[in-house]
Amino acid sequence: MLGYIERISGPLVVAKDLSESKMFDVVKVGSKELIGEVIQIRNDQVMVQVYEDTNGLKPGEPVETTGQPLSVELAPGLLGNIFDGLERPLGEIRKKTGSFISAGVNVQPIDKKKKWKFVATAKKGTRVSEGTIIGYVDETPLIKHYIMIPKGISGKLESIKQGSFTVEEGIAKVMQNGKLHEICMLQRRPVRVAGGYEKRFGADELLITGVRSIDSFFPIAKGGSSGIPGPFGSGKTVTLHSIAKYANSNVVIYVGCGERGNEMSEVLDEFPHLEDPNSGRPLMERTVLIANTSNMPVAAREASIYTGITLAEYFRDMGYSVAVMADSTSRWAEAMREMSARLEEMPGEEGYPAYLQKRLADFYERNGRFIALSGKEGSITTIGAVSPPGGDISEPVSQGTLRIVKVYWALDAALASSRHFPSINWLNSYSLYKDALAPWYAKNTDSGFQTRVEEALKLLQREAELKDIVQLVGPDALPDSERVILEVGKMLREDFLMQNAYDPADAYSTLKKQAMMLSIIMRYSSMAQDAIARGADIEKLKSMQVRTGISRMRYVPNEKFEEENSRIMKMLEKEFSELAANEEE
Amino acid sequence: MIDIEYKTVQSVYGPLVVVDKIGNAAYNEIVKVKLSNGEQRLGQVLETSTKFAIVQLFGTTSNINASNTSVSFTGETFQIGVSEDMLGRIFDGQGRPRDINAQVIAEEKRDINGEPMNPAARALPNDFIETGISTIDGLMTLVRGQKLPIFSGSGLPHNELAAQIAMQSAVRNTNDSFAVVFAGIGLTNYDASFFMNYFRRKGAMRRSVAFINLAEDPSVERILTPRIALTTAEYLAYEKHMHVLVIMSDMTNYAEAMREMSSAREEVPGRRGYPGYMYTDLASLYERAGIVSNNKGSITQLDILTMPGDDVTHPIPDLTGYITEGQINLGRALYNKHIYPPINPIGSLSRLRSLGIGKGKTREDHGNLADQLYGAYAKALEASSLSSIVGKEALSDTDRMYLKFGEDFEGRFISQGRDERRDIEKTLEIGWDLVSALPERELSRIKPEYIEKYYKGNKQDKHMVPEKE
Repeated sequence: MLGYIERISGPLVVAKDLSESKMFDVVKVGSKELIGEVIQIRNDQVMVQVYEDTNGLKPGEPVETTGQPLSVELAPGLLGNIFDGLERPLGEIRKKTGSFISAGVNVQPIDKKKKWKFVATAKKGTRVSEGTIIGYVDETPLIKHYIMIPKGISGKLESIKQGSFTVEEGIAKVMQNGKLHEICMLQRRPVRVAGGYEKRFGADELLITGVRSIDSFFPIAKGGSSGIPGPFGSGKTVTLHSIAKYANSNVVIYVGCGERGNEMSEVLDEFPHLEDPNSGRPLMERTVLIANTSNMPVAAREASIYTGITLAEYFRDMGYSVAVMADSTSRWAEAMREMSARLEEMPGEEGYPAYLQKRLADFYERNGRFIALSGKEGSITTIGAVSPPGGDISEPVSQGTLRIVKVYWALDAALASSRHFPSINWLNSYSLYKDALAPWYAKNTDSGFQTRVEEALKLLQREAELKDIVQLVGPDALPDSERVILEVGKMLREDFLMQNAYDPADAYSTLKKQAMMLSIIMRYSSMAQDAIARGADIEKLKSMQVRTGISRMRYVPNEKFEEENSRIMKMLEKEFSELAANEEE
Repeated sequence: MIDIEYKTVQSVYGPLVVVDKIGNAAYNEIVKVKLSNGEQRLGQVLETSTKFAIVQLFGTTSNINASNTSVSFTGETFQIGVSEDMLGRIFDGQGRPRDINAQVIAEEKRDINGEPMNPAARALPNDFIETGISTIDGLMTLVRGQKLPIFSGSGLPHNELAAQIAMQSAVRNTNDSFAVVFAGIGLTNYDASFFMNYFRRKGAMRRSVAFINLAEDPSVERILTPRIALTTAEYLAYEKHMHVLVIMSDMTNYAEAMREMSSAREEVPGRRGYPGYMYTDLASLYERAGIVSNNKGSITQLDILTMPGDDVTHPIPDLTGYITEGQINLGRALYNKHIYPPINPIGSLSRLRSLGIGKGKTREDHGNLADQLYGAYAKALEASSLSSIVGKEALSDTDRMYLKFGEDFEGRFISQGRDERRDIEKTLEIGWDLVSALPERELSRIKPEYIEKYYKGNKQDKHMVPEKE
């Protein structure tokens, strides 16, 4: 039965005579069949959040419910693609409406005509249930796309085929309670509820990002969550792009939520040509992009985050480690606020709805390390950018995020404006995974790495205190031993933490290079302190030639660094022993 | 659409008129309001239902009441006729001629709200625009298809700077046709005539279109002006394949008009009374900059906004900064030192810099040099604030060196004439002159091979430079 539009106010449409619709059903609104979702039912009025531009829509136009919740289609064809917040492929939209997006365009998320080579792995006659892997498609050279039994089906595998099929053609049959179900490669999942899993457990493996200040100082574990708040211009997007490029997860889902169009085109332009440092294959082969830029309809922005995390769960179920990046969760929260205001809900803090915190938690808590229903182990790492107004993180979205996430990368405007990138402030940031990762570090780096990190952090803390004193009394008033701390602090900041995301050698540091760089600096530190204790002149320490070598470590490529490391270490020993010899004279 | 006139005005408040007992008005459609004396005004449907429609007038609601006013619905959203003949003309904030009494014959009618550009259809901006201004070209770098606002304050020379950029800008080694679309939003008569006279004096009027909403014009109109200007720009860029530079001044007036409308609608106010959807609304303007792949045209935006109280955390500059690709920050301290243009490198930024510079575009050392200049200037400012506390004598040699660097940087690099156009080679040369006054070990942001090639100071430890591959 068709209902009709009673009232329109921006993206909110009030429909009447739509009594059979349920909460969160997807509805088609108006003669253009715009996509919307039921978000409230009041007596005979149904409030619909419309995901497209409502310009020109009239009261009296028809509204029809699909009876289905907002869902995504899952099948081979996802990887390397770019979708909008409702999983409509932007490339297909472009074919239909040109370079600009018109409202009411109807495109399929997944190509239904393309044939994929399906390889069956399950045997006829075995028992299958939700999540059981029955075969795979080599979707890209990097990712085997496993085909799983969809939700709600379990029973005996009556038959299974092998060969080339479209995603909608039957590949297997399952007998359940005397009823035969046909299985195809395509399945649908609702986006607003978390998918099922077998077991969930703690994170204990580092997500290697190649960013030194992250991997060494404030690490994130696979299956962990991190918030990255910062004012504009502090480098949130560049940092997220870096992680999307180099992180050693199997699949990357990048959600551009209410952000700039040119940033998405940058990713689209760059990723196909960039190599995954872990496999040497083009990055697009493991990436799914979701772009709902700031000028695209605001309600679809709200959905884009859920679309992204649902795709992540799907790949997790196949046994992959997935990294989800959301840039920016503040825009998502603002979309929520806008709908809430139009529904005339009682506003909470700063106009955000009172359920903001719950929604944030629901999103971040879909991360973790899991044994999936397929029996495979997979993980979802969630990294969310936050854009606090005026850079002030006392606002609700930042605070709500920090209460949930375990890693906080505090981006700092002052660092950014002196071009210290990534502008992760070493005094405020933290990672709660350090203890959980200790065994991993012990196994995968040289012993003493974590101790050196702690020493370096302490030294930087001390440097900050000393700098305050210098501001008052000038540097000459400090004893030499403290001036060495200032020198080493500067080294740590400029030669280790600073990293140029656009330089081919510097953009990605292997963990090995990171460890060697840090031990060089800490070695210098202890030798310099020894020399000062023996009465050496601080000016001589400053003009040592090895310092030039240290300041250029960043630009030495990973594969050559071992050689450079021994060269610098030798030089360190030599110059310091020369210094000692001079003093004795 | 049948021209039915409704005489059912039910209530009037602020710029809003509620019309009762109508058929079904479309959301956002344009409404004609006729007064009994024959005067006609335009409005737009803000909210519509089966019983009534709320109409926002683009003008005052004076003299409107239930008995003397009739309302008709046009069935169309706000559209503007566009044509290449608009070049050289001046229009008012609603797109009506302001210069001579002659309508432009439209080649096409377009909805002023435009449609969002498909992110997958965007081409990546990567053509370096040489503005001839050292701080912009050398440190930030404007790229074709970018949106780069000027964050200014009352009394600072942002208009002069914007006009100078508009006149001097060029992409090197091309002679593509280009145009300037100017949107004056709530401009004073003085500022409006400054721009028009500047363009005329430079002989640039014939490739410019101006839409001017003056400070005394209705503030609702300010909502339309930038949209009309951008729609015209899109037509010139994507149909006529021109490179269009859009200058919008002043976005603060735009945001204030938005706030006025919002409060008239009795919406829940957000920060400082601005509506909660201000980010989305501003984005619908700024995001119209860009390049469409397989199309020769482009839209670059230079949006001027005056920060109330020079406060960058005020919602207008704050939300703008989150949308635009960087910002040019004008500094009052530099202005007070009589430095023109008073562009403060600290706080200024262009996100697309790395796309527009480097080998084949400007020069291979450009990025490193710019980073070093930034870093050194930041240190110079630190040294300067230190010296104001402890005195110059108490500074270390290094700090004194940076202090000197800072003075030279402001005097030679930032400062330039109002008609001076420096090419990028000149800008980089000045940059190297300045960093060459620093010892080589201070240049941690420049790659050894560039130091080898361009550094003019004493190379203290040549044997340390790793061999080139």
